[in-house]
Amino acid sequence: MEKVVLDAHNVSKTYNEESAVPVQAVNNVHLHITEGEFTALVGPSGSGKTTLLNLLGGLDRPTSGQIIVGGVDITGLKENELINFRLHNIGFVFQSFNLIPVLTARENIEFIMLLQGASKTDREKRVNELLNAIGMPDKADARPGELSGGQQQRVAVARALASKPKFILADEPTANLDSASANNLLDMMIRLNQEENITFLFSTHDQRVIDRARRVVRLVDGKISEDSQ
Amino acid sequence: MLFRLAWRNLWRNKNRTFITMASISSAVLLSVTLVSLQRGIFDNLIRNVVSFYTGYVQVHGKGYWKDQTLENCLPLTDSLLRSVQNIPGVAGVAPRLEAFSLASYGEATKGCMVVGIDPESENGVTHLKDKLISGDYLARGGSGLMVAEGLANTMGVRTGDTLVLLGQSMYGSTAAGKFVITGILRFGAPDLNQRLIYLDIGVARLMFDTGEGVTSLVVSPANESEFRALAARLQSSLTDVADVMTWEEKMPDIVQHIETDTASMYIISGVLYLLISFGIFSTLLMMLAERRREFGMLVALGMKRGILARLAVIESVLVAFLGAITGILISFPVVWYLEKHPIKAWGALRETFERLGFEAIFPTVLQADIFISQTAIVLTLALILAVYPAWHILRLNTVQAIRS
Repeated sequence: MEKVVLDAHNVSKTYNEESAVPVQAVNNVHLHITEGEFTALVGPSGSGKTTLLNLLGGLDRPTSGQIIVGGVDITGLKENELINFRLHNIGFVFQSFNLIPVLTARENIEFIMLLQGASKTDREKRVNELLNAIGMPDKADARPGELSGGQQQRVAVARALASKPKFILADEPTANLDSASANNLLDMMIRLNQEENITFLFSTHDQRVIDRARRVVRLVDGKISEDSQ
Repeated sequence: MLFRLAWRNLWRNKNRTFITMASISSAVLLSVTLVSLQRGIFDNLIRNVVSFYTGYVQVHGKGYWKDQTLENCLPLTDSLLRSVQNIPGVAGVAPRLEAFSLASYGEATKGCMVVGIDPESENGVTHLKDKLISGDYLARGGSGLMVAEGLANTMGVRTGDTLVLLGQSMYGSTAAGKFVITGILRFGAPDLNQRLIYLDIGVARLMFDTGEGVTSLVVSPANESEFRALAARLQSSLTDVADVMTWEEKMPDIVQHIETDTASMYIISGVLYLLISFGIFSTLLMMLAERRREFGMLVALGMKRGILARLAVIESVLVAFLGAITGILISFPVVWYLEKHPIKAWGALRETFERLGFEAIFPTVLQADIFISQTAIVLTLALILAVYPAWHILRLNTVQAIRS
């Protein structure tokens, strides 16, 4: 039986609710993600992709609806509980990499595990595994400024994986990369998905990424207009 | 981990960190030097004033300070003198018998203060011999007198002349004597220079018929900075027989002058630290603006806001600490140099100082507490200012911060 990692019911998000012109960024979305999926959330700019990802990742709160991650309704969690939940259950990859510039690649990956309170032995083992998985063991001691955009984004994926999350949310992960780097990153994400059964949900409007996604969810004006599943 | 992260964050923008450190260290340098200079000037002033005449601590007979008559003099037995000399912290004791008299020479008559002294112990405490400008210093048991220069000029006398002193003994009878002037003394303070006459204390006791009585014992402390503690020890051991006073109690006007000047220095230091605060705060604002997205990202990844706020506080305190330490390291040799080679007054100011008998110099003092207190002030300021970024982080909107 397929294991559900994320379940969104009737999720809506309205900005400026009290004003004369409220903005409905996400409108009554139902989304069901199972373990091992490689899903692209697509749509034009302003369609609500990033807002939906933020809601699903617990970075923002829906105006209405329910979001259940690994059996926990995250809409009911308090701020600190939500931060802690994200730390242990959700991995994030951002469009502009967002690595900590003063830490090396190794330290950036290790950082999340330090926040989790993992032991030094566990951290070292996991970091080495991840550096190998992203094909960058030789860049372990390089700082983000010494890495290319593609390499930085691979480290960002490794960082997202470090906490052994239930799934990874990636907001336009290839938007700031050239074609070769974007393809390399996609190859790596697909390999992680296929070999290690890592669940990815990413927003994109990059056709190369859409073409390689196993499931495509299309969002228009905050509503799901099409789901390839 | 937080400390390591904070330390590395400091060097993300080296120029900014160096500029902030430089502003903090300059203010610390200025502040430490000013406070050291002020304290050095006051210490020197006190030394000058005290060494003139008063001494750091004086012992009087009960009630003498309020009613300065010979009836209230202190009977100075050998055992009392020894017990004062044996109190820990006493470096020297000079007995004095002070009484008002009229001095007469030819047609000239002038009121004066006759001071009976033990020449050697008085010199040990107030360096009286240094004020001799002509003639000889008074010999112990000698029958001559020394007169202050201003008084001598007013009366038209010089060494070798004979002065007649006319006063009142302890019992109300006339006290009179004829004395040859053996020496002329010069005092910086005009008041003292116009009215002092020194006799040997034995001669003065006979003249004023006080027996063993003295009006004061001038006590010099082994450690000048501990004169208050010494006064307290003296008072506790002489409770029934004498009153003990410090120079501060005897000369409250000087204490008030020092307090007023210290308050002015607090204002100057306050302005300096206000400037430092602006420097640190602008750095914090720049840091917040530059790293807003990073803070949002860290919270998104699962870093608790409290830990992130602590990181910002550590960074703020670190830069302040580095600035303060640099300031201390620079100010140490400056203060040391000015202590060994004090700034010399020049022109009219120098003449005024010398006329008053003060050394015309502005020395500093090298005291650890000045350095420690300035560092503590800077760190406290940094801690207070760091409340803002901490507060900012605690109420950060994660989504907006990531989008910024």
